[in-house]
Amino acid sequence: MGVAIVITSGKGGVGKTTTTANIGAGLAQAGSKVALIDADIGLRNLDVVMGLENRIVYDLVDVVEGFAKLKHALIKDKRFENLHLLPAAQTRDKTAVSPEQMKHLVESMKEEFDYVLIDSPAGIEQGFRNAVAGADKALVVATPEVSSVRDADRIIGLLEANEKHKPSLIINRIRPSMVKRGDMMDIDDMIEILAIELIGVVPEDEAIVVSTNRGEPAVMNANSRAGEAYRQITRRLKGEDVPFAKIEEESGLFSRIRRMIGGFKG
Amino acid sequence: MFDLFARVFGREDASKDVAKERLRLVLVHDRASLSPQALEELKNDLMNVISKYLEIDQDGFQVDFSRHEETMALVANIPVRSVKRRTL
Ligand SMILES: Nc1ncnc2c1ncn2[C@@H]1O[C@H](COP(=O)(O)OP(=O)(O)O)[C@@H](O)[C@H]1O
Ligand SMILES: [Mg+2]
Repeated sequence: MGVAIVITSGKGGVGKTTTTANIGAGLAQAGSKVALIDADIGLRNLDVVMGLENRIVYDLVDVVEGFAKLKHALIKDKRFENLHLLPAAQTRDKTAVSPEQMKHLVESMKEEFDYVLIDSPAGIEQGFRNAVAGADKALVVATPEVSSVRDADRIIGLLEANEKHKPSLIINRIRPSMVKRGDMMDIDDMIEILAIELIGVVPEDEAIVVSTNRGEPAVMNANSRAGEAYRQITRRLKGEDVPFAKIEEESGLFSRIRRMIGGFKG
Repeated sequence: MFDLFARVFGREDASKDVAKERLRLVLVHDRASLSPQALEELKNDLMNVISKYLEIDQDGFQVDFSRHEETMALVANIPVRSVKRRTL
């Protein structure tokens, strides 16, 4: 029996889809059987970020409505042994599926895959409820900006009210030079405010744009700093105790962070 | 450069500290699910109760959250016009 993880944020454009693609590819690279579900119905994107847009035949709604079998809708990523994508429908909207149907689907996929990653749409409406319905765990993505942190706080509140979800935080697009001069909240600030467990810190990285252009997740790029951050998140998800180090060059800051967090344990 | 200069001489907070402070306050409202509307209602209720005992300046009446060190407080500023004469 696998585990289902939803990647969510409240605010749009903070890196949910990028994160889903990279963690998915990272887990598959590390030998796990992985399925990605694009739950952003109507605003399909995970397919292009993964470079699989030309291979879509059926989608999530087709499966839920019984029009297609799951195995026919899943796109196998040829670059990885065990990575599959269930694309969102592009011409439908969030109401085309219900939270109960999503839960059912995710449950059945957990029987076949080690990890089922669900890319959530922005917002706190039905699209969000659909995305979290079948998840055992949630990763909340936030950037170090007031609007993003505020929305993350709201989402964390909703997830915790649900109790079965224990959200972990991914801080995305952090810029060491801005942190250094006091113009961007640092990791300590974000954890202090949001009071949840940290599972990864992804720096702002041009390689993300380049990799999205090419449809090749940055985890595949050994030289990308964001890719390295996603590789570390992958290892933490698998239960490894990976210290939070060397994501940024500032040594003073990092010794402080290490002391505060003491490592993530699955 | 001027930014840095101002900061070194303590005339301007680092913008991340401003961000943190603003977030702290806004999250109190969000977490308490006290909308600006609800806060307005609270204010009116409070004003009605206090008006039973004191004559207050309704325009100067202020209620808001404020942070003191590590704790949050609901702070009211209630200008008093006059104490009502006891009828009994
Ligand atoms: N760490 C990063 N560095 C640079 N660009 C990023 C990073 N993370 C995300 N982006 C960019 O931000 C945009 C929004 O990301 P996306 O994953 O689509 O967000 P969401 O799914 O939350 O709406 C994309 O253009 C993406 O390339
Ligand atoms: Mg997205």
